[in-house]
Amino acid sequence: MKYMMFVCTDSAPDTDPSPEPDIFAWVEENDAKGRREQGHQLAPTSSATTVRVRNGELLVSDGPFAETKEVIVGFDLIDCADLDEAIEVARTHPMARNGRIELRPFADL
Amino acid sequence: MTPYEVAADAFPRIVATLIRITGDWSLAEDCAQDALTMALERWPSTGVPDNPGGWLMTVARNRAVDVLRRSSVEQRKLRELAQLGSGEALTHEIDDDRLRLVFTCCHPALALESRVALTLRVVCGVPTGAIARAFLASESAMTRRLTRAKSKIADAHIPYRVPTGPALAERLPGVLAVLYLLFTQGYNASGEPAFAEEAIRLARLLRSLMPAEPEVAAALALFLFQHSRRAARRDAEGNLVTLDQQDRTRWDTAMIAEAVALLPASNGPYALQARIAACHATSPDPASTDWATVAATYDALIRLQPTPVIALNRAVAHGYAHGPEAGLRLLADARAGGALDDYPLALAAEADLVSRTGDAVRAADLFRASAARVTSEPERRALLERARSLS
Repeated sequence: MKYMMFVCTDSAPDTDPSPEPDIFAWVEENDAKGRREQGHQLAPTSSATTVRVRNGELLVSDGPFAETKEVIVGFDLIDCADLDEAIEVARTHPMARNGRIELRPFADL
Repeated sequence: MTPYEVAADAFPRIVATLIRITGDWSLAEDCAQDALTMALERWPSTGVPDNPGGWLMTVARNRAVDVLRRSSVEQRKLRELAQLGSGEALTHEIDDDRLRLVFTCCHPALALESRVALTLRVVCGVPTGAIARAFLASESAMTRRLTRAKSKIADAHIPYRVPTGPALAERLPGVLAVLYLLFTQGYNASGEPAFAEEAIRLARLLRSLMPAEPEVAAALALFLFQHSRRAARRDAEGNLVTLDQQDRTRWDTAMIAEAVALLPASNGPYALQARIAACHATSPDPASTDWATVAATYDALIRLQPTPVIALNRAVAHGYAHGPEAGLRLLADARAGGALDDYPLALAAEADLVSRTGDAVRAADLFRASAARVTSEPERRALLERARSLS
């Protein structure tokens, strides 16, 4: 079962002072277990571009920049047995504390 | 049990087992429903079979085999269905299936109201219409909510499994919270009384399958203590009777004894609440209540659950255990920051404490102020009566 992990910022990050998990160790562990297929940090939303096609016309615009407190800053594509395993993978990502992780399963086609 | 009761009792067990084997919630419910319908058609003329649960399981299983054959799905499921045991072994298997189902229905990735509804429908076999009425929703809205929850379980691959190790400790409170909501839904004035009994049945099931979990035993004990007062909680007009006014001879003493025997020595939130309930349930009259123990237990509970209502109850307990001044001091703390401003019973508690300091005039004022703010008419009358008796 594949899950897209959207790594997001959050307006209320964790205030626990204990050291947070290391992102490189997280990547290494999940790569080694073969459950992280790919993933990357994204450039800031100031570099975002929106593309639409309406009635055959290409509409390109700057942004979106709205609600910059809660934006997607990265992603990881993971392959897990079920949602419980995906939740375990997400909880150990440092951004589960500094921000939040949104898990979206791939649709069954 | 009547044939109908036997069949209704078997329904959730059959659903749980068919879900485990086929992974298909709709198929499981449909086949269990078919078996139920067939039983209710046939049993009146043929008589109830010797093992009605086994009869129903066999019919439902055969029905599932038919459906799966027609859709030619995985052979593994068909084999498993064919190998489904019988008798004693089957009973164990089914209980394990129901426990797995409880944890799936109570998964934190589902919305809380969906967890409660799904548990009622799938684990307890309560008809969707009855669930809808209890939650003041239309039947079609409740059907949609249940369908959405089942789709999420399938789409997100929420596992059908009892968590083990540290995950169990993390997930168990969520399951108990659903049971507690179910229980209070049945216990409330407007609630569906049968839900309280369902919550108790589920708690008994959890207790028999997880005998080493003190919070499970404590939750069951808490439900039993509260349920033991069901006959005394209302007067002839149906108005709520407060604990100190209840006719204690109408309490269910067998149920209280069962709850006392369940009480664990641990200090989890349900254990503490159950111990407080035990102090009330085992006291022959309000005056003999062991308020010192109640107050000390609230001291421990508020460290786990620092909510305004628990702070209020703690102040009241200290007021009885250590004098009204002690109670008033804690009540002032509980109200700091306006935490209890919308809670008229906080005023009533203050009025009671003040009356016991001897300031009858101020106490009467406070009872009247509280009466002006409660919404229930009998409660309002009771508070005004207290005000009158002071002046």
